[in-house]
Amino acid sequence: MTQTEFLNIVLPFKDKVFRLAKRLLVSREEAEDATQEVLLKLWNNKLKIAEYKNVEAFSMTMTKNYCFDKLKSKQAQNLKIVHSNYEEKNTPLQKQVELNDSVSWVAKIIAELPEQQKMIIQLRDIEDYNFDEISKMLDMSNTAVRVALSRARKTIREKLTNTHNYGVR
Amino acid sequence: MVLDNIEKLLEKYENGETSLKEEQQLKHYFTQGTVAPHLEMYKPMFEYFLVNKQERFTKDVPLKTKRNFNYKWISVAAVAVLMLGFYFGTSIYGSDLGTYEDPQLAFNEFSKSMEMISEKFNTGASTVSYLNEVNKGTSTLGYLNEIENATSIIFKN
Repeated sequence: MTQTEFLNIVLPFKDKVFRLAKRLLVSREEAEDATQEVLLKLWNNKLKIAEYKNVEAFSMTMTKNYCFDKLKSKQAQNLKIVHSNYEEKNTPLQKQVELNDSVSWVAKIIAELPEQQKMIIQLRDIEDYNFDEISKMLDMSNTAVRVALSRARKTIREKLTNTHNYGVR
Repeated sequence: MVLDNIEKLLEKYENGETSLKEEQQLKHYFTQGTVAPHLEMYKPMFEYFLVNKQERFTKDVPLKTKRNFNYKWISVAAVAVLMLGFYFGTSIYGSDLGTYEDPQLAFNEFSKSMEMISEKFNTGASTVSYLNEVNKGTSTLGYLNEIENATSIIFKN
């Protein structure tokens, strides 16, 4: 398999891989690394690509697993900076401007969802995958995906309604 | 009515029952501009989805064509070099040391070289002759036996 052939296979979904990785890992750099890693793994196993039934779904699963590994190893390293001991009284101007922008509110809300719901929202509402594909990618049953999706959507709507009604906290 | 339809779709949407097509309809409605005031809060969500979809992966992936260098060929080359070495080595240091055709001449040469060897050997052996002096020395030590005789006589009594 030549590079161009490989790129033709990979190009349609490399952005999706990247966005899923970014949804999970938050940082852009981390997501780029993850995407690169996934694509390189595919490239190294290029001889087997023909055997995969659905390269795209396979890559998404790989991305998910890779990101989970990353998150786990980070927790193990205990590199979190937790500043729970103080609370900023007045939110800085930058933050206020950010929060006024309700679109970035959505990002915040999604970031607070559990990992699984995050992924499902990402795959369904942003990448427009159907339920069968999602359940294959995440190794879940079809109904479980629906339930999680419904929950995630309801949470987002509730939080959005709150901020809409009461304004920014 | 469109609004009615949208509200129904929203409910289905929240239950996770909408098809992709219906979701497209919703997305279309909420990103089109005019949204009913009581549905305003959905707007940022669908906008966010739309914006997010535009994010691209821009980093280059270094796809190296992995050159699988075959180490088998190294061993093959090594064996070839060894074989060549043996082949040329034996021909250079071959057993060709020169021969005599005439047996008499060969005998003469042989005895000459043997004579030389014995001569050298004898000179070597003669230098070792002073070892006889040591023998002489030890023989003179024989009188120590006399002391032994004397002590044995003493201790017997």
